[in-house]
Amino acid sequence: MFELSREHEEFRRSVRDFAEAEIAPHSEAWDRDHHFPVDVVQQMGKLGLFGLTAPEEYGGADGDFTGLCVAIEEIGRVDQSMGVTLEAGVGLGINPILTFGTDEQKQTWLPDLVSGQRLAGFGLTEPGSGSDAGATRTKAVLVDGEWVVDGAKQFITNSGSDITSCVTVTARTGQSADGKAEISTIVVPSGTPGFTVEPAYRKLGWHASDTHPLTFEDVHVPEGNLLGERGRGLAQFLATLDDGRVAIAALAVGCIQACLDLSVKYSLERTTFGVPIGRKQGVAFQISDLAVMAETARLLTYKAAAIKDAGRSVQEFKQAAAIAKLYSTESAVTATRIATQVFGGYGFMEEYPVARLYRDAKVLEIGEGTSEVQRMLIARGLGLPVE
Amino acid sequence: MNIVVCVKYVPDATGDRRFNDADHTVDRVGVDGLLSELDEYAVEEALKIVEASDGSEGEVTVLTVGPEQAADAIRKSLQMGAHKGVHVLDDAIHGSDAAATSLLLAEAIKKVGAESAWDLVICGMASTDGSMSVVPAMLAERLGVAQVTFGSEISVTGDMVSIRRDGDTATETVEASTPLVLSVTDQSNEPRYPSFKGIMAAKKKPVETWSLADLGVPAEQVGLAAAWTKVDASAARPPREAGTIVTDEGDGAARLVEFLAGQKFI
Ligand SMILES: Cc1cc2nc3c(=O)[nH]c(=O)nc-3n(C[C@H](O)[C@H](O)[C@H](O)COP(=O)(O)OP(=O)(O)OC[C@H]3O[C@@H](n4cnc5c(N)ncnc54)[C@H](O)[C@@H]3O)c2cc1C
Ligand SMILES: Cc1cc2nc3c(=O)[nH]c(=O)nc-3n(C[C@H](O)[C@H](O)[C@H](O)COP(=O)(O)OP(=O)(O)OC[C@H]3O[C@@H](n4cnc5c(N)ncnc54)[C@H](O)[C@@H]3O)c2cc1C
Repeated sequence: MFELSREHEEFRRSVRDFAEAEIAPHSEAWDRDHHFPVDVVQQMGKLGLFGLTAPEEYGGADGDFTGLCVAIEEIGRVDQSMGVTLEAGVGLGINPILTFGTDEQKQTWLPDLVSGQRLAGFGLTEPGSGSDAGATRTKAVLVDGEWVVDGAKQFITNSGSDITSCVTVTARTGQSADGKAEISTIVVPSGTPGFTVEPAYRKLGWHASDTHPLTFEDVHVPEGNLLGERGRGLAQFLATLDDGRVAIAALAVGCIQACLDLSVKYSLERTTFGVPIGRKQGVAFQISDLAVMAETARLLTYKAAAIKDAGRSVQEFKQAAAIAKLYSTESAVTATRIATQVFGGYGFMEEYPVARLYRDAKVLEIGEGTSEVQRMLIARGLGLPVE
Repeated sequence: MNIVVCVKYVPDATGDRRFNDADHTVDRVGVDGLLSELDEYAVEEALKIVEASDGSEGEVTVLTVGPEQAADAIRKSLQMGAHKGVHVLDDAIHGSDAAATSLLLAEAIKKVGAESAWDLVICGMASTDGSMSVVPAMLAERLGVAQVTFGSEISVTGDMVSIRRDGDTATETVEASTPLVLSVTDQSNEPRYPSFKGIMAAKKKPVETWSLADLGVPAEQVGLAAAWTKVDASAARPPREAGTIVTDEGDGAARLVEFLAGQKFI
């Protein structure tokens, strides 16, 4: 009844085998060295992970959203950085082009993105606007058949790797009649003169994920790089955001599951006062809580995915997505705190994956809409006149 | 090029493995099982050969002899990309030895060949449970074709197959012409992971189930009673004893050396 299909479970097994063999042995080193493993990202591409939901004509598997969540959860279970690389690669890189691109734009960008041989980023956030995405300052002006882009973007995932082919950015392209900023989205190919990828951040976690500030100074791109309708940039972005929320929830489920698996194992091995710590209620009961969180977060996440796959109403999906994102990510932060506690002093040492998870989890409550934004959306969904 | 790959369903080595109390055979039914990891290399090699012969309409058929659950080994192979499957399934097969297994495989391969001729039969280097490494040779003998075992690098040009074999002291490269039985090692390639596309596609691929009667093999020639050898007794290995702890009281190094020398490690 509350089960994924046999095919989804077999796919889970396949992704798990891949993650444990090709990713897990290196995660600690990548994290330590802040190394973005291009070769392994491309291997994920060969396994078809970036193309799971894309149509076959661009090399995708034409699969459902549930399958993508399974992949993100399983990759995230061993490596949150690689999990978000996949999540952002699909949700922020591929989906906007797939949803709003012209045939020509799709033919140009999608095949390499869908096969996971190249990556694309989406630049919405700016130094002065995050949650308040409408406050975008970056501007683009149409001059002699070219967009001239000036401005800056902040915290953009997959934007500066060796295999990044382009970044889609939101920019003001004018003012509407009522004086509001007109925001549009424009595809800026990597390497365009004036488009600078600034050095990577010193992040608390997600060390193996590629995140950069971007600057645009007199960047010229063809008029045809406008993605979707002029002036609909923000609305278009918001339309793809719900998927991203569920995908981040799936990443959080992977994090909680890792905390649970690692804690169960450790509590049977580690002895104090002559018995395994798992014999102590103080430890065992905390691990019980981890199991409850893993189960609950998974149910909420796959329920939201199922609502989307069944093609139910946008309203229903929005609410389910916000609830799944909020609960799963906040539980992930709690779960990493519990797991590091179960590991005692070792939990504070980087040799133990729980230490990395502890640092990685925090951003889950921030990216793709903060917890506060989710609460705001849920309240609105309930009909409350919240600001 | 048409290829038949023999794949075995074996108990999961990471799970709980045990023998049946009554007849000392491996319990293949009550435990978690999977496609023998060493046979994944055989499947991958076949797929690579067919994919490399561009434009040809070569097919990979996977064949297993085993209980009902062994269908999982076929399924996984189909998910990796094989085109169709054959499952030899019959209650009378339980307890078959390598000789009987090779007889069943040979008869099934002949039946596959009657529909469309095969060029290669590819096996793993050994199963991960029985690991006798004899089935490929027996199979070649029964089919009356050449055998090259333990191939670690394979290349095909027309009907000639070039196989590198890595021994302990030397490496040799052997050429053979098809039809041929080949076994490949875990050095031969990197087996692919099934993709979502592959998993969905496998649902629609044909799998035939053949009984002893379908193969024309009399029940007396297979199963425990027909086996050339018999396991008289079996027991689980006793759990490992706790190690010796040397507490360093200033003489730790000397006592470690003493211990290692005592065990003839140094
Ligand atoms: C590692 C990383 C990767 C990222 N990748 C990308 C990317 O690829 N593309 C991209 O565009 N962005 C990306 N982001 C940006 C991310 O989406 C934003 O950081 C996030 O939306 C929050 O915006 P902000 O940082 O400006 O915080 P602010 O919006 O300044 O928020 C500050 C605080 O105020 C709260 N707050 C704000 N408004 C309200 C309100 N109305 N009611 C209640 N509380 C409120 C917030 O919840 C938060 O607690 C990434 C961020 C990180 C850290
Ligand atoms: C505990 C135990 C008890 C046994 N008891 C007896 C006994 O009482 N009497 C007796 O004579 N033998 C017995 N055997 C031997 C057992 O039956 C053989 O292991 C088996 O028949 C095939 O040999 P193998 O698994 O060693 O294959 P190998 O020769 O190691 O396999 C090599 C390759 O042959 C192919 N292959 C092998 N088996 C199959 C299959 N079923 N379907 C498809 N392809 C296959 C695969 O490609 C495989 O990689 C026993 C084995 C064990 C482990």
